Amino acid sequence: MTVAVSILPEQQLAALNAAYRQAVSRRRLRLLLGAAIFAAALALAAIGAEVNLRTLFTYFGNFISYFDRILTLENGQRVWTDVGEWFWGWRKWLKMLGETLLISYVGTLIGATFAFCLNFFAAENTSPAPWLRFVVRRLLEFARTVPGIVFALVFVIAFGLGPMAGVLAIAIHSTGALGKLFSEIVENADMKPVEGIRSTGASWLSCMRFAIVPQVTAGYASYALLRFEINVREASVMGFVGAGGIGQELVVAIRKFYYSDVSAILLTIIVTVFIIDITTGWLRSRLFGKEART
Amino acid sequence: MTKPQQVDTQELRARYPDVFARPASARLATPAMIVVALAILIYGLVDLDFSPSRFFAGLSQLGWISLMMIPPDPGSSLPIYLKALGETLSIALLGTTLAAIFALPVSLLAARNIVPSNIVRFPIRRFLDSIRGVDTLIWALVWINVVGLGPFAGVLAIAVSDFGAFGKLFSEAIEGADQKQVEGIRASGGSALHEIRFGLLPQVLPVIAGQVLYFIESNTRSATIIGIVGAGGIGLQLAEQIRVLEWQKVSFLILMILVAVAAIDFISGKLRFAIIGRRAVA
Repeated sequence: MTVAVSILPEQQLAALNAAYRQAVSRRRLRLLLGAAIFAAALALAAIGAEVNLRTLFTYFGNFISYFDRILTLENGQRVWTDVGEWFWGWRKWLKMLGETLLISYVGTLIGATFAFCLNFFAAENTSPAPWLRFVVRRLLEFARTVPGIVFALVFVIAFGLGPMAGVLAIAIHSTGALGKLFSEIVENADMKPVEGIRSTGASWLSCMRFAIVPQVTAGYASYALLRFEINVREASVMGFVGAGGIGQELVVAIRKFYYSDVSAILLTIIVTVFIIDITTGWLRSRLFGKEART
Repeated sequence: MTKPQQVDTQELRARYPDVFARPASARLATPAMIVVALAILIYGLVDLDFSPSRFFAGLSQLGWISLMMIPPDPGSSLPIYLKALGETLSIALLGTTLAAIFALPVSLLAARNIVPSNIVRFPIRRFLDSIRGVDTLIWALVWINVVGLGPFAGVLAIAVSDFGAFGKLFSEAIEGADQKQVEGIRASGGSALHEIRFGLLPQVLPVIAGQVLYFIESNTRSATIIGIVGAGGIGLQLAEQIRVLEWQKVSFLILMILVAVAAIDFISGKLRFAIIGRRAVA
């Protein structure tokens, strides 16, 4: 089958071509303008951030050789030739790693509990009063915008050095983040069960307990698991400000140039994060799978 | 009026045995999970030195600190703080841009529809994964060892850690692109580079631009944090003021951060709508 392509007469074609060129050139101009603004912003930022390319080029070799050094034992051999020597402190590190996991577990659980208590007040469809919703929402916003490590810095001064400050910092940050996500789930929940329960004369509390909670638990659990995963990463750096966990060991190793320790601890953290990611991913897919089946 | 139909419970029981007599394993699963979770929680609280006396002492201390924070007052160092805030925003912008520039070519190599060979793709993916597994703060510490204290270390830290994240996100965007346009270019005699330039990039660039903007936004937060370990910006000021217990300045700095983050959120939200349209964002 052949298709005839109709060619327009010269005049018409010229007009269309001109219109097309104009449209394209206008778009190009806008793009160029955007690029120019962006480049100007970058230049400004480069001055603000004291970017010094000469330093970078002089020291970039250091960056590569840094990895060379952290992969070398004190006797000059590669780390993997003598694993026992490389992971000489594994007992201590494993204990700190356990502490890190506990910090994130306890922090996530406390945060999730608070978020669970608060989210019904923050959701559009279940909040008893608009002013209450406003207050709770601003509180949650504050808790999740201030970075966790800033809370940790303040808490270390209030509660003293140690994992307690880290747990509380993670708990507060998780409350803010989970409270928002939880209230979004509640906003998507079906309101018909609530009407049914309210029509029997039940109080607000029973409405939440018997109409909303059964709909949302799977979603809550899934988000809480996701948060746990994030919190493990966060807990691993809480030690930088003295709030417990393996970060303490890492920062000491980095600052005192215990090169092979740095790589050993980093490897431990990376492997742990991988394992936690995979496990929670599997658990979450099971949770959602169950949800889909019923 | 008709009487409601009598329900034959016996028959229902026979038809849905799972509902009427749930097996013990299913009934016990939830309480068992709760008990285990609580047991770990209590073990954790004991192991992490949570004593009520310490908790309440800390809480009253925290109450005092909050009282001392009011009213927020920068004292005479407002210009320094504004400069530090500018530094933080610069770190976020530069770091994210650098990361995006370096991540784009690598993400092409990590995308299944461009590099079908598993042998090339697998190591690149694992490489990106391990970069992402290391926190920005740790990268900041490493870069401080290399280029010295200051915001430049912060830029490089954000660039490296976002490089891992962008590599993954971009390659996913590329894998999700429509293959028909690429085939069209190939059919008209284009080379592999032409396919990428004219078939693929026009599809993925808006998605990538949206992601980069989102990261600039979230990096404003990260950039405030990395100052705490000495990589410049407002975090450095914040950590210093907390350590010398100047609480009024601390609360002022926290307010500054909140306002800056809200402003960046607003601007980048507008820009994202302008670039990829309202529907794609929501």
